[in-house]
Amino acid sequence: MIDKRIYVVPIEFYDLSLLDSLCFYLSNAFGIPAYIENKPININRVFDPLRNQYNSSYLLKQLINKPPKDAARILGVCNLDLFIPILTFVFGEAQLEGIGAIVSTYRLKNEFYGGQSDSHALMERLLKEATHELGHTYGLYHCHNSGCVMTSSTYVEDIDEKSVLFCRECEEVVKSRVQ
Amino acid sequence: MNNNDVNILIVDDEFSVRDSLFKWFKTDGFNVDTAENAEAALQKFKEKSWDIVLLDIKMPGMDGIEFNRHIQSVDQNIIVIIITAYASVDTAVQAIKDGAFEYVSKPIDPDNLTHMIRNAIEKRLLAKENIQLRQKIEDLTSADDIVGTSPQLRKVFKMVASVAKTDSTVMIRGESGTGKELIARAIHSNSTRRYAPIISLNCGAFTETLLESELFGHEKGAFTGADRLRIGKLERANNGTIFFDEIGNISMKMQMDLLRVLDTKHFSRLGSEKSIEVDFRVISATNRDLESAVNEGHFREDLYFRLNVVTIDIPPLRDRKEDIPLLARYFFNKYTQSMTKDIKDISPEAMEMLLNYGWPGNVRELRNVIERAIVVCENKKISPADLSFPFRAGSKQQYGDSLEELEKNHIERILNRTGWHISQASETLKIDRTTLYNKIKKYNLSK
Repeated sequence: MIDKRIYVVPIEFYDLSLLDSLCFYLSNAFGIPAYIENKPININRVFDPLRNQYNSSYLLKQLINKPPKDAARILGVCNLDLFIPILTFVFGEAQLEGIGAIVSTYRLKNEFYGGQSDSHALMERLLKEATHELGHTYGLYHCHNSGCVMTSSTYVEDIDEKSVLFCRECEEVVKSRVQ
Repeated sequence: MNNNDVNILIVDDEFSVRDSLFKWFKTDGFNVDTAENAEAALQKFKEKSWDIVLLDIKMPGMDGIEFNRHIQSVDQNIIVIIITAYASVDTAVQAIKDGAFEYVSKPIDPDNLTHMIRNAIEKRLLAKENIQLRQKIEDLTSADDIVGTSPQLRKVFKMVASVAKTDSTVMIRGESGTGKELIARAIHSNSTRRYAPIISLNCGAFTETLLESELFGHEKGAFTGADRLRIGKLERANNGTIFFDEIGNISMKMQMDLLRVLDTKHFSRLGSEKSIEVDFRVISATNRDLESAVNEGHFREDLYFRLNVVTIDIPPLRDRKEDIPLLARYFFNKYTQSMTKDIKDISPEAMEMLLNYGWPGNVRELRNVIERAIVVCENKKISPADLSFPFRAGSKQQYGDSLEELEKNHIERILNRTGWHISQASETLKIDRTTLYNKIKKYNLSK
């Protein structure tokens, strides 16, 4: 039996220390080892010049194309302004009960909102959004338990308000599905 | 309402829009489905009911504006959110005029979408609650306790059904206990005013001053003891029905005041000059011979004609004996259930007694007799021993409930007992001889 792993795929993303921390955290949160894995992704194909944004659904498609056999989940990490056609932007996207998810640091940075750079805040937001999107791949819906990482966030302030952890109910679901 | 109780249908010809909205709502735990055009959406409507429809305007075939009209014609409580890539004031105005809940242009801010859906669910929930409450009101106001299949009662039912559809003033006539108020409530609950209240006023239960205050209300300080503002029954009956029970008992002054209100639909609270406009339907009831009262000058003729547009006569129970077993069993079932007593039936002997009794107190008396029998019954069937008739000894002597009738009968009884000895009778009655002579004259009593 092959040991499953979470693949963290950088997409034009070069902050390796951030990715290392992310892998370390995800390994603990999901109980599956997480590794950085490079994969060629063509971001120009998903760029929408009218919106000056990148279509996250198309990126996700490329990301999950021909997954490694030992991939429990594949998480794409980028620093691009992502969108889905109906919405003005998204922090990330996931396949509900699927294999892939994607998350962007573009709107997680204070600088985007005209604030001072804060690497600690960025790290925390990335961990939360990555855990949240991977939570969807394990079949979790948005959670109404205050503080749970699976609560819906439409503003970066919402992300800051919630914890990096699953609530007890969501954790039970993830545990049962990981096994 | 949990998210998984909410059904959302996305109707858009663009796959990417359908797909992204589907995923967005799915992660929120909603029941979501998609349709690529109005025709496919119509098919989805045949399969199940939808709470919220997100609808694109520009679609091949039937467009969103037209489809919205179709949805609204089927169910006005479905929340329709119009989404468009080409927002224009004209289409927005048209969509909202046609009943759409929101009109938004693509792309939508995620926070706006979240709030919009939350508001839509709230509106849908309120609409559902409203429907449920209306149903509850209809259940509560159904003509309970009006039971019977006799031709006389069927005629009453027919009258109730036809008069309920109109806004006509109704006078219900019948002996005490025949169910005049129930008929009034049945008319109200089948009329277009049924979601507004029916306010009852027993005109015989108040002195003139109190009746005025009850009817018109009063301002704080209007008279001694008026320590706060009081909303009168007329005001409370606005948009609904006011039911005047024992209308024949009101004073001449009140008759004049009432006539003015009925004519103008305006009145003022006691202690105020401010005129208040009210809209109500009037149903009145009496067990008195109002025509005689009019002839004798005790009741205003103009008010009589104003109140007596449609008359419903409720027959006394003794004239519709075939309804007695039905009514008896109806009250039997009602009270055995509410008292959770294990009594199976009314014995044939007891039923025979019920059929042979004169029922001066009509349905109310029958109800009380059955209720009491259930309380005292210790066997599986109600027997004659469980039945107690308050007027049995003189069941042929059927008194009305009014004070005048009681007084008349009491004086007559004392006169007969004393052999029409006026002095002895006046002494027993504790009134002077002149008063007794006046009463004899008033009640037209003779040896």
